[in-house]
Parts: sequence; C-alpha cells; structure tokens
Amino acid sequence: MTQPMVKFDKVTKRYGALTVLDSLDLEIMPGEKVAVIGPSGSGKTTVLRMLMTLEKINDGVIWVDGEPLTHMQKNGGMVPADAAHLRRMRGKIGMVFQHFNLFPHMSALKNCMEAPVTVLKLSKEEARARAVELLEMVGLGDKLDHYPSQLSGGQQQRVAIARALAMRPKVMLFDEVTSALDPELVGEVLNVIRRLGAELDLTMLMVTHQMGFAREFADRVCFFYGGKIAEQGPPEQIFGQAQNERTRQFLSACLEAI
Amino acid sequence: MLWDWSYAFEILPILAQASLVTVQATLLGFVLALILGLVFALLRMARAPWIALPVSAFVEFIRSTPLLIQIFFLYFVFPEFGVSLDAFTAGVIALGLHYGTYCAEVYRAGLDNVPRGQWEASTALNLSPFHTFRDIIIPQAIPPVVPALGNYFVALFKETPLLSAIAVLELMQQAKILGSTTFRYIEPITLVGLFFLVFSLVAAALIRMVERRLNRIGAR
Repeated sequence: MTQPMVKFDKVTKRYGALTVLDSLDLEIMPGEKVAVIGPSGSGKTTVLRMLMTLEKINDGVIWVDGEPLTHMQKNGGMVPADAAHLRRMRGKIGMVFQHFNLFPHMSALKNCMEAPVTVLKLSKEEARARAVELLEMVGLGDKLDHYPSQLSGGQQQRVAIARALAMRPKVMLFDEVTSALDPELVGEVLNVIRRLGAELDLTMLMVTHQMGFAREFADRVCFFYGGKIAEQGPPEQIFGQAQNERTRQFLSACLEAI
Repeated sequence: MLWDWSYAFEILPILAQASLVTVQATLLGFVLALILGLVFALLRMARAPWIALPVSAFVEFIRSTPLLIQIFFLYFVFPEFGVSLDAFTAGVIALGLHYGTYCAEVYRAGLDNVPRGQWEASTALNLSPFHTFRDIIIPQAIPPVVPALGNYFVALFKETPLLSAIAVLELMQQAKILGSTTFRYIEPITLVGLFFLVFSLVAAALIRMVERRLNRIGAR
C-alpha cells in the first residue's frame, strides 16, 4: 500500500485562546488533488501555512513523504524539528500565495532562478534553462526580462507558479491564488494549474473560492468549518449531495454570490 | 578694513590641504557608519534575546552620549587598556560608531517596511537566512532610506570639526592654528565655514542624484 504524501495527525493550532484548527486528521495520497473550501476563519489557509512551515503547530505531527515535518525522530522519540531538518523537508513543498509575493527587484527570469542557484546550487546556465522552460510552460516565454510591476496580476501569479515549480517540489500548495485577481485574469491562472495537473506528477492542495474549478479539477473536496473538516468527499458528492447542513448552507451562499 | 584679502588668499592653500583630511575623515567615518549600522540593525532583529538586548543597550548608550566624549574616550582612555590609536583613527572610529547607531535606526525602518510576504516567499523557496537578507530583504530595504542616510552623511560631515579637539589636522584645527599664530581669526574661520557650505551643497546634490537613480530602478 502506498503511503500518503501528506498526513496531518491530530494537528492543533491555536492563536492565544482561539483554536484555529482542532485536532485535524487529513491524509493526501501522492498525485492527489485536494481542494479546500469553507468560510473565512475556518482554518483552511492555516492548513497550508503550517505545511509550508510558516506557522508552528501547537499539537500533533505533520508528515510529508513518509517523514515527520514538524518533528524529527531522535532516540526513538519525537522532538520538535530544528532548522536543518525544516530546511531539508521544506524542499519537498512549494507554495503559491494569494498576493503572489514576487521579488519586485528581480525580473521574471531572476525570480525563478534565485532559489535554484542559491539553494539547489544549480549553475547559472542550468537554472536559467529550467526557469525559461517553466516560464514558457506558464505562457510567459516572451516576458522573461519583465519586472513584476510590468506584468498583470495574472501574469505575476503565473511567474509565481513557475518560481515555485523551479524547486521541483513534490507537493504544491495554492493559497487562494486567484482571489486577488481581476475576474478576467482568473482563467489564465486556472488554465496553468490545469496544465500542471495533467502534465506533472504533483500532489496539490489548494484553498479556493472557485467552486466551479474545484468541482472540475479536484479529486477530493474538503469543507472546513470551525477548525475541523466538516465534510469531505469526491466533488460530485460535496457539490451534488452534501450530507452536512453547514456544507449545503455554504455552497448555496456561494451560488447566490455568482 | 576688517577683512584682509591678501591674508585670505595666503591661507587658502593651507586650508585646502586640511580640507582633504576633513573629507577623508568624513568618507571613512561614513563607510564605517553604514557597515556598523547594518550590523547593529541586523543583530537587533536577532530572535535570541542574548544578542538583541545587549546590542540594543549599546546602541542606546552610544546615541545618548555626546560624540565629543566618545572621541575623547577612544583617544585618551583606550590607551589605559592598552589600545593606542592615533588621533585620526580614533576620530574616524568615533564618527563611524556614533553615526552607525543612527544609521541602524534608519536601516531598521527600511527593514520593517519590507512586506511580510517577501519573508514568507523566501521561506517557501527554502532560502537560507543569509540569502534571504542578502538577495531579497536588503535590496528592498535600502533604496527607500537612502535620503535619510544621506542626511546623516551631511550631519557627520558637519561634526568633523570635533576632531580638532584631539588635534587631528583637519579644517578647524588648521584654522585655529593659523588664528593663534597671526591673531587673525576672521579669515580662517570664515573660510572654513565656506568650505563646509560648498561641500555640503555638493554632497546634497550627489545624494539627490543617487536618489533619482534608485527611483528609476524602483519604478521598473
């Protein structure tokens, strides 16, 4: 039996007295595409941020690719991960942010070369070839030397996707990647994600408000409510015959917004 | 007439010579201030309190005591501890140290202004703390604070006459020597003032030029 690529084992996250995620269990198989939906404040973005090690967890263990991410095994027990362990494990994960977070002082090409050169120690030529290939894949082969401020939101987000892919992650995290875009630019970004899904062997976890995209693209949809997964299943089930009252309320509210 | 032109022209070359020392002390002192300031600013950001706290205390201490006393301390007191510095070196170090603490605050403002998303993207790309600072944070933190750093450059320059207190042969010291030998102070002191005025204006123009260049890069 294959082991999960990502596994949350009773993971709890608190901010002070507020429990954002309450003993979360979630397993994602290699190559699986999981969409996370839910109202704001339900903890869905926190799931991605913890996986990217941008947030510390309060309780539980996160596993990635068969190894603990938040902890390391020592003398038969588990101790919190140190910086070196986190750096090794982070290499398996890539993330795309809502607000792109491109490096504004670097061209599209340099944005995609920075980490491969400094972290993976690729030569400039190798990193450049890889960056050009990825930027072409996201349809920006003609914008290599453009700076982020010279690109539209949709183009910036596609650069950000190429930048994350340049590190050859096994897991890609998409955090509301189309939420900051003008409506007419959403499609080009979603098309790129579709292409990644079809061409690359990636495990994908995406927080999204694009219900249509989640329904068509995801293998599984998780509905978060109040720091827990209130309901999960194949898109047909969640969007067609949700069992949970909260899920139905949320989805009908989303429909009204269209 | 109060003003003696022939005397003024006679001492001009001597003062011009001394102005080179002033310019040297300014440039060396400011380079030191820029480097120390960045080091202070980065150390103060350290998560370990045993680094950040002593550095903060030291910076506050230097900022809260007069530059003249620091100059005297380096020049007259350090030899007691076996560290003898010549007057010029002691003066440059004091200037660099004192203005380094001011530059540290400026750098901090610049570093604080880099959006959090830039740090998060750097983490997500697995950049080391060193590369995050060198390639991502510092290149974005510094251009906006160049005008503030430039102000301190001019301020440091205008404080160099303090070095005359430990007999560094810069403009002010030279003027005092000229005055005390001929008992004419009006020409040397006035000329020193003019030197400072001209250099300050030139420095301000240079800073504006650097700003404009940086703005052009930033506007891309």
